[in-house]
Amino acid sequence: MALTLSDVKRIAHLARIEITEGDAEQTLGQLNDIFVMIERLQSVDTSRIEPMSHPLGGSQRLREDAASIPDVRDVVLGNAPAQQDGLFLVPKVIE
Amino acid sequence: MSAPELSRKSVAELGRALSARSVSAVELARSYLERIDRHKDLNAFLDVRPEVTLAQARAADARIARGDATPLTGVPIAHKDIFVTRDFASTASSRMLKGYMSPFDATVVEKLAGAGMVSLGKLNCDEFAMGSSNENSFYGNVLNPWDKTAVPGGSSGGSAAAVAARIAPAATATDTGGSIREPAAFSGITGIKPTYGRASRWGMIAFASSLDQAGIMTQSAEDAALIFNAMLGFDPKDSTSVERPAEDYTRALNSDLKSLRIGVPNEFFGEGLQPDVEKAVREALAEYVRLGAKLVDISLPNAELGIPVYYVIAPAECSSNLSRFDGVRYGHRAAQYGDLIDMIKKSRKEGFGPEPRRRILIGTYVLSHGYYDAYYIQAQKVRRIIADEFQQAFQQCDIIAGPVTTSVAFGFGEKAADPVSMYLSDLYTIPGSLAGIPGMSIPCGFGAKNRPVGLQLMSNYFEEAKLLGVAHRYQQATDWHTRIPGGF
Repeated sequence: MALTLSDVKRIAHLARIEITEGDAEQTLGQLNDIFVMIERLQSVDTSRIEPMSHPLGGSQRLREDAASIPDVRDVVLGNAPAQQDGLFLVPKVIE
Repeated sequence: MSAPELSRKSVAELGRALSARSVSAVELARSYLERIDRHKDLNAFLDVRPEVTLAQARAADARIARGDATPLTGVPIAHKDIFVTRDFASTASSRMLKGYMSPFDATVVEKLAGAGMVSLGKLNCDEFAMGSSNENSFYGNVLNPWDKTAVPGGSSGGSAAAVAARIAPAATATDTGGSIREPAAFSGITGIKPTYGRASRWGMIAFASSLDQAGIMTQSAEDAALIFNAMLGFDPKDSTSVERPAEDYTRALNSDLKSLRIGVPNEFFGEGLQPDVEKAVREALAEYVRLGAKLVDISLPNAELGIPVYYVIAPAECSSNLSRFDGVRYGHRAAQYGDLIDMIKKSRKEGFGPEPRRRILIGTYVLSHGYYDAYYIQAQKVRRIIADEFQQAFQQCDIIAGPVTTSVAFGFGEKAADPVSMYLSDLYTIPGSLAGIPGMSIPCGFGAKNRPVGLQLMSNYFEEAKLLGVAHRYQQATDWHTRIPGGF
């Protein structure tokens, strides 16, 4: 099964990555090459195999639900592309 | 000691020289900073701040004077720019994180600093650790010290080149599918990844969380064991960190190789393996036989499916992990945009290079409605088949050995235009990463164009001490790991 140009544009939208027409065409060829390689997995009989999500199995360890308040506000805000009065600035989202 | 003499010393030797006061941590730091500056053309370092390094060195000297030093106090180390650090910028070699200053240190960095190691700065790598040649860094290629027309390997290319050129005595690195072993092989040094869960992932910029694991690059297995003693261990801040008692990773360095069974997977010697690499690896295996080990033929029949499994699972996890980069709280933001979605889309297009963008797209697709079971779940099932085959193999042998890569280091641009041929660079390293077992590469000779060849050694889960011992015995009997590229 090969991807189409509209598939690539749809995936890029879902991934929130802008893609130009030229980029989409180049990406289409590369992704299809990669999926040809990936398709080999379809021929493996896995009917009695459990999926492996973690090398050592087991469940995710949970910590106690305790708040910690490290004093890093200024460093964190210092990395923001746009900030004012201790707040992150974004384009207006509510009209 | 003179500067060139110092740069030839191993971590173990430097530790002894520091405690004997035949060199100070400040002298050592100055000497390495000078070497880093002299070999800037390698482009191994992304951030060097002599004032930070020298302050740490002064603190190490004070600690040695107080008498509470560890064997690593005052020994310099450099960190792959995947570990976040408070004192140096943390970029993941991406435009997305240019100039990013972390509010905290990664646990691995903190633990090594706690032992008194002095940080020389941050090392170049493939962007977000995605690549096998270091050609995916936003900050430019790293040159292979053995041959400046060859790649150093990736993704930990800066770490490998720095240790090979002796501009750092050791360097941290990370492995997701081979990013420690492959560059270690291409650059002729020792590199090891431990069992998944041994090293904390806290503060390691995430790529594929079920695979990412920190490790170390050094001149020798002995140095790696010494550093592992300080670097590994349970971390409550990493939910996949393994709770086990602390270990002495040097304890088996001198163990006997008599009765050791080395499994040799026939699938690792098939079509595609270049004769120069095969010759060096076979000679290394023959050396092990001379040292008393026994070779056993084993089979990992589905190991070759590792690449398709990896290129579903790693992109899926990366598309999820990298969704945090939206140009709002940190990272690159486009200069011109319309609404919020447009700002995010443009920022991500500009901030990520072609390889992360490609992998995010693959991951988004395989996780999307209607394809999740066919791709992601199927890949997780085949991952288990591959991991189970390792367990069957370890019934017949104690250690698995083979090549790290099919060829010696390739030239710049040779594979850059064809992602699939680049992905095949990790054919022999991905299976061990999928299983989550320890794996290492040690220098075992030279191949075409006099470029280094690595021998891959893998052990079962939690047997790092045994693995390091097997490597150390080889390094006692041979001198490949002491070879230094010309001009360094």
